Amino acid sequence: MKSSSQLGASSKEGAPGRQPTTTPTKIAAPKTNKGVAKQAAGTPWLFLAPYLILFIGFVLIPIVFGLWISLHAWDYTRPLQPFVGLANYTALFQPDSPYFESFWSSMEATGIFTLFSVPLLLTIPLAVALLMASKFPGRNFFRAVYFAPYVLGVAVISVLWRYLLDNNIGLVNYYLGVLGLPDDTAWTTSTPAAWVALVGVTVWWTLGFNAVIYLAALQDIPAELYEAARVDGANKWQQFVNVTLPGLRPVLSFVTIVTLIASVNMFGQSYLITLGGPGRETRTAIYQIAETGLRNFQMGNAAAMSYVLTLFLMLLSLIVFWLFREKKEGK
Amino acid sequence: MTYPKRFIRNRVSTATAIGATALLALTACGGGGAQQGTATEFTGEYTGPKVELDYWNGFTGGDGPFMEKMVEEFNAEHDNIKVVPNTIKWADMYQKLPAAVQAGEGPDVGVMHLEQLSSNAARNVIVPVDDLAEELDLTGEDFTEEVWDAGVYQDARYGIPLDVHSLAMYYNTEHFEKAGITEAPTDAASFDEALKKLKAAGYENPFWMPAKWPSHLMNLSLLWQNGGEPYDADGAKATFDSEAGVKGLEWQTSIIEDGYSPKNVAIDSQYVAFKNGENSITWDGIWQFNDLESAGVPYAAAPIPVIGEDDAVWASSHNFFLPRQAQPDENKANAAKVFIAWMSENSATWAGSGMIPARESVREEGALDGTPQEPIAEKVDSMKFLPPVPGLGTVQAETLEVGVDNAILGEQEPKEALSKVAAKASQLMEENQASFGK
Repeated sequence: MKSSSQLGASSKEGAPGRQPTTTPTKIAAPKTNKGVAKQAAGTPWLFLAPYLILFIGFVLIPIVFGLWISLHAWDYTRPLQPFVGLANYTALFQPDSPYFESFWSSMEATGIFTLFSVPLLLTIPLAVALLMASKFPGRNFFRAVYFAPYVLGVAVISVLWRYLLDNNIGLVNYYLGVLGLPDDTAWTTSTPAAWVALVGVTVWWTLGFNAVIYLAALQDIPAELYEAARVDGANKWQQFVNVTLPGLRPVLSFVTIVTLIASVNMFGQSYLITLGGPGRETRTAIYQIAETGLRNFQMGNAAAMSYVLTLFLMLLSLIVFWLFREKKEGK
Repeated sequence: MTYPKRFIRNRVSTATAIGATALLALTACGGGGAQQGTATEFTGEYTGPKVELDYWNGFTGGDGPFMEKMVEEFNAEHDNIKVVPNTIKWADMYQKLPAAVQAGEGPDVGVMHLEQLSSNAARNVIVPVDDLAEELDLTGEDFTEEVWDAGVYQDARYGIPLDVHSLAMYYNTEHFEKAGITEAPTDAASFDEALKKLKAAGYENPFWMPAKWPSHLMNLSLLWQNGGEPYDADGAKATFDSEAGVKGLEWQTSIIEDGYSPKNVAIDSQYVAFKNGENSITWDGIWQFNDLESAGVPYAAAPIPVIGEDDAVWASSHNFFLPRQAQPDENKANAAKVFIAWMSENSATWAGSGMIPARESVREEGALDGTPQEPIAEKVDSMKFLPPVPGLGTVQAETLEVGVDNAILGEQEPKEALSKVAAKASQLMEENQASFGK
């Protein structure tokens, strides 16, 4: 979550930079560029240093070290970490190994969650942002209301919902019963209800973040464009399709990638709300990796699993980038 | 594979031997009123400079406040030792401890479950405490054999048992009265009859069958009652899918099929429901007495009924351990031992937490008289403990718990659910054996 909020900040800073393409401030740009060229060669590195050090220390080194770990039977509580080559990887692809089924079922769980949470987390926050962008009394209050859950930690929201969703003693089923609806849905102990619960809770919890980014982007779309569209006789829907959506495109690719990564990395919700149950059906990949590496101390296996997961994530990200880039070129 | 464990162990025992001598030299003074009457007096005192002991435990349930109180008492009695408890959930503690010790950031003393000792001994996280047991004059005679023997791994003792604790049957006395049940059920027939009566009295779901904890402990208890063993003697194979285990699990699912339990009972909800008077009977750990007391439920406790043929119930024991130190500090090691000795002697007080003191001598002196766990303590000889096999705890969590969960939720038939995970458990146990040695 930390990294995504950082990205969020940088995209906001990026927003004014996009404006020059549509407004006359463009002319001022060459002057400032000249000033930069006079700096010493080391200057950019100095500016980069604070982030670069963190990046090397907490991203680059762990990536390489993790790869090294994945080639060993790495139990950090033992004095020796024997080298096993690719055995940790092959174990994930041999159906008769004890890690095969648990790993791939957890990958499947991650897949299911991502498939349902990403589209909802792209559309619902957009609707909320559109609503929040219009002018009405109490607007700031509602903005705060929608963003509020995002401020809470995963432990807080999970324990809260675990009790609310409990099928025998929870409030959700109770009120469904009061309304005359079926009140015996096992939200946390049966699928697909557990997926509905996990996706629902996640959407409720994180939609504020995406909504805020959308909102910022919406406010960057020049009002003249809407004016021009109206003059051309475009109705609300046509304005949305032809002005709002194209205006959101750069932000949309960012939101998609961030949401995708966050969904694939889902762990806390299923760890605390469903405990991976029923059986291990809602145990996601990260859950399985944490369980293997941190509870069973098999860091080698866990590292191999993370690299396979990373590979999938990179592929997905590439597809998303490709999709968005193609549209730009087609324009 | 062999590891240079001997070397470290020798070093530690040399260090502790020096400490032992120091302790023995000081046994003349010391001792307090609270210790009077125990069969084996240990009056060792620590007279070195003031030390602070980091003490890790997982008493997060109804037992927590009691442990806090005991630590406060200990601190008040010892001017130069300050024990600082750090209470985290057991599962989290077992995850953190090896890493912390490895990094030289481990505690000075701690408590862990019996079945965790061998894993941590094999990982070189904890050190032998044979000398401490000797100083305390503790022998197997004062303990249930199974508890005492399970603290030994590869000929060295790693834990000083504080208590034993088992599953118990809690029942709502008000509900029982309304249903006209005068005595706690003791076998399958009377249990079934009680459920029928409760149902007839208008308690729709008198006994909730949880899918998660403590469902697998119920299953283990039933398996033992049916004459089975969950794991073979040398820890190489899982046998919890035997006839005995399947029968136990089938009984568990029949409770749901017969309508005594709702379906899909999620984690903790059977216990919350019991506190709210929504169900009449629940099986849980005996450490919940204080929590139930403060919840104000009209309850009583009894041993779990014998559903199978033999009297048996899952049990475990809290054991004091000394973690390996990167830089052994003699003062701290001695102070830690004084702490363990004090706790062991005052285990009569610990009975107030709902636990059963591990020392027979303490129990015989009437530590349990009038306590809610008294009827359960009478069955101490029927308590069954998991064998000291390194890595078994995590294997069980990944296999038996998942299998039981699947069967209770109706995802799989009991037999199928167990045999599938048992095969995996055997596979993991073989791997563990290859890695830890026998």
